[in-house]
Amino acid sequence: MKQAMTPEEIKEQKPYLDWSLSEAEYNYISDKLLGRLPNYTETGLFSAMWSEHCSYKKSKPVLRLFPNKNSRVLQGPGEGAGVVDIDDGQAVVFKAESHNHPTTVEPYQGAATGVGGILRDIFSMGARPVASLDSLHFGELTDPKMRMKVAGTVRGIGDYGNCMGIPTIAGETTFDPCYQGNILCNAMSVGLMDQKDLQKGRAAGVGNAVMYVGAKTGRDGIHGATFASADFSDENATQRSAVQVGDPFMEKLLLEACLEVITKHPDWLVGIQDMGAAGIVSSSAEMASEGKSGMELNLDLVPQREPNMSAYEIMLSESQERMLLCVNKGHEGDLKKVFDFYDLEAVTIGRITSGHDYVLYHDGQEVCNIPVSSLTDDVLEEASEEKKPERITKAETQPAWVPEITDAEQTLRDLLQQSTIADKKVFYQQYDSQVRTSTVVGPGSDAGVLRVRGTHKGLSMTTDGNGRFVYLNPEVGGQMALVEAAANIIASGAEPLAITDCLNYGDPNDPEIFWELHQSVKGMADACRVFDTPVISGNVSLYNENNGKAIHPTPMVGMVGLVKNIDHVIPSFAQNAGDQVYLIGKTDDDFAGAEIQKMMTGDISGIVKPFEMEHVHDYMKRLLGEMQAGNVASAHDLSEGGLGVALAETLFKTDLGMNLNLRHLSAAQLFSETPGRLIVTVPVEKAAKFEKTLGEDAQLVGEVTNTHWLEAHLKDAEVNQNVTELQKLWEEAIPCQLKSKD
Amino acid sequence: MKIAVIVFPGSNCDVDLYEALHSVCHADVEYVSHKEKSLDGFDAVMLPGGFSYGDYLRAGAIARFTNIMPAVIRMAKEGKPVFGTCNGFQILTEVGLLPGALKRNDSQKFVCKTVPLEVVNNQTIFTRQYKDHERIALPIAHADGSYFADEQTLDRLEENHQVVFRYAEENPNGSLRNIAGITNERGNVLGMMPHPERAVEALLGSTAGLRLFKSLLETGSAKVEE
Repeated sequence: MKQAMTPEEIKEQKPYLDWSLSEAEYNYISDKLLGRLPNYTETGLFSAMWSEHCSYKKSKPVLRLFPNKNSRVLQGPGEGAGVVDIDDGQAVVFKAESHNHPTTVEPYQGAATGVGGILRDIFSMGARPVASLDSLHFGELTDPKMRMKVAGTVRGIGDYGNCMGIPTIAGETTFDPCYQGNILCNAMSVGLMDQKDLQKGRAAGVGNAVMYVGAKTGRDGIHGATFASADFSDENATQRSAVQVGDPFMEKLLLEACLEVITKHPDWLVGIQDMGAAGIVSSSAEMASEGKSGMELNLDLVPQREPNMSAYEIMLSESQERMLLCVNKGHEGDLKKVFDFYDLEAVTIGRITSGHDYVLYHDGQEVCNIPVSSLTDDVLEEASEEKKPERITKAETQPAWVPEITDAEQTLRDLLQQSTIADKKVFYQQYDSQVRTSTVVGPGSDAGVLRVRGTHKGLSMTTDGNGRFVYLNPEVGGQMALVEAAANIIASGAEPLAITDCLNYGDPNDPEIFWELHQSVKGMADACRVFDTPVISGNVSLYNENNGKAIHPTPMVGMVGLVKNIDHVIPSFAQNAGDQVYLIGKTDDDFAGAEIQKMMTGDISGIVKPFEMEHVHDYMKRLLGEMQAGNVASAHDLSEGGLGVALAETLFKTDLGMNLNLRHLSAAQLFSETPGRLIVTVPVEKAAKFEKTLGEDAQLVGEVTNTHWLEAHLKDAEVNQNVTELQKLWEEAIPCQLKSKD
Repeated sequence: MKIAVIVFPGSNCDVDLYEALHSVCHADVEYVSHKEKSLDGFDAVMLPGGFSYGDYLRAGAIARFTNIMPAVIRMAKEGKPVFGTCNGFQILTEVGLLPGALKRNDSQKFVCKTVPLEVVNNQTIFTRQYKDHERIALPIAHADGSYFADEQTLDRLEENHQVVFRYAEENPNGSLRNIAGITNERGNVLGMMPHPERAVEALLGSTAGLRLFKSLLETGSAKVEE
């Protein structure tokens, strides 16, 4: 075995630079925190724990902008997942996490382990995962390599979730060249629990056991956390081995065993945490820090899959399907019995000690002895430079682009075939969306809806991110991401509760990118306050670049809403001929970053205009009241492709049509993407009440017909399209691209 | 009638089956672990969908060796109702209670959607509440659902009216002769890839599967004589 470097050699040769620890950080650790040189193992632990992925050292100042409390929030950021009160002693638990780098390198395992990781975060809180969502952003399907990556990612998500028996009920999939070299794979999981079962990642009580449960530790994913905190280039292609391999069957057993202990034997447990990024070191150090305890671990006791692993490798391995438990002294054997039933390992690897030191033994020798807080709390926050990008300053002086529409019908047909807009059935049919038999609304609607078994309640959930708007105007784009999510939730008839997020950006050392991060988070935070949807969990994924080119700044909002009466879930499809059709919200010339701009010019440009968030919130709230009163037949949120696309989607999968008077709109405005709009159908007998409540914010534009034709009369154009034909174009676009032999 | 729902490691539609029987049909139903050796006191047994043993080796191939399987076989031999859906069907073929095998879908992909079926035989204890040749739609969710058997076996299945469900309109997985569900010769063991337990509540979109459970439950003793 190669001898590890001595502390002096480390100081001299600076291997930590390759592990993304800076010289300033190394010196601070040596001089200020330890008063000595860290040894090889310790240096490795610091580099992982001080990575952006574990410490949020760069993004923390910005993350403080988010509101994270209201009367329903039981647990905000900082634990495995956030927890929100949904009455009756129950809570919903959710979180999203990015797995962008692993998915870019090895789409199948990257996506699969992304799902696996987020599920563990949910059940480590004491909740049973009940639904999965995703937010996927790929390069263009015209690239054959990208088609393979898309196929692998979708298969990875499906195989893991399907095997676990957790339905994937909503999500989004978009395509843009900016993701060609760095795809985004964000997975969100939602769990349900009784509030009494709530757990924390906490280790305390001198003499209590630190128990390792689940899969054995191998050399996979070492330095995954630091890997996620550096950007891709062709030169460091060799680093791309830091991808883990998933075993959903093992995770299913782990889920059942953990929930059995949590719900049936709460007196055995002090705390529990997933071994996620940076494996044993992050879970154990964070638990000790949370419990203000010291901890001693004997790494020789860690179940290992490979011989001759070093302390450094054992501590940093990101092998999947493992959890760390702090167990009251005397119950180690009881706990082992439960895990034995599931044929899982459960091994005591250490104890809680008095004091605050983090001590590791390996091969009979002490290999680490440092204060717990030096790993978790003393991380140097990094001030970042910010600079408004020139492209934005420049765009502010340019006239806004407005499409010239010569054939509105053809434009609509073309838009329906854009891969971001077209039907995603070919992907989501590979996900089991019905297992656990509680899915009221599955994939293909604005939001997925689950019933809460044994109650009249339901949970509505969605993921939304549109990097194009954020790229053109980070602050307004951030607001739009939240408003879009809220519109999806409200369209289903649910009241928005809270959000989780994945903040996907480029290299934050670039002042322009940090400015994007700061501005967009500010926009999101402001919108969260307006909609009273605090941020209860989330993750930050920086360094999403390939060969120096960053992705569009893409904050993803994962929102969960509460359906008070599951019988009042609102479908997104038109229901009955004769129903009145209303357009909610004002339509303007909003084409910067819109799908039509991308389609007609091949790129995006211009300035995304600010909008009145408070006003949007106000009428959406009134709209929700009408829905809860049973006055609304269907509702669909307007997003990519604007009103034209939304109208078509409202009629797909029905045998109905619409006759619409849109003479106040130009043909171009049919495809404008002004935020905060919905298309709503209302039974005639409820229309008067509905109009009274919505006032000027709802405009009667026509009625549902039984012809299966979409007929719209615009200021300067007529649209008269057979819906069956439109649906065929929309459905066949992606399968057709996937089959391409180019 | 007291029904056992077997829980294998990796079963995940056990809840669906249990709730369909318990919450919707108000039947007497209990989970039974794969580690048990006896099904004494039960009148029927059901094998749920999921990924027993992670589908490792082959779907259902490891579950067939679990402690509980001899008791399941005993119940089948006694003529008591034995039902398997999805992974349960795969296990029933692996253990030899039903002929044939389930291969990887011809698309090579997992598929989850609702498909039209024809009730080919409404004379079984599981289907007597359906009309002859009735069209129903049930959800499917599987990667290995392509039914295969040799020609001779397929002919025999048809002659004996053992084909109970057939895919109508489209064949979602490449099953020979569009077979979606079959019984054993005696008619007391039914295996099918579609999930009737997912179609028992209007709230979730369909009640087309409800009559399968009611057929079984509303007959008192459903034991099939030889």
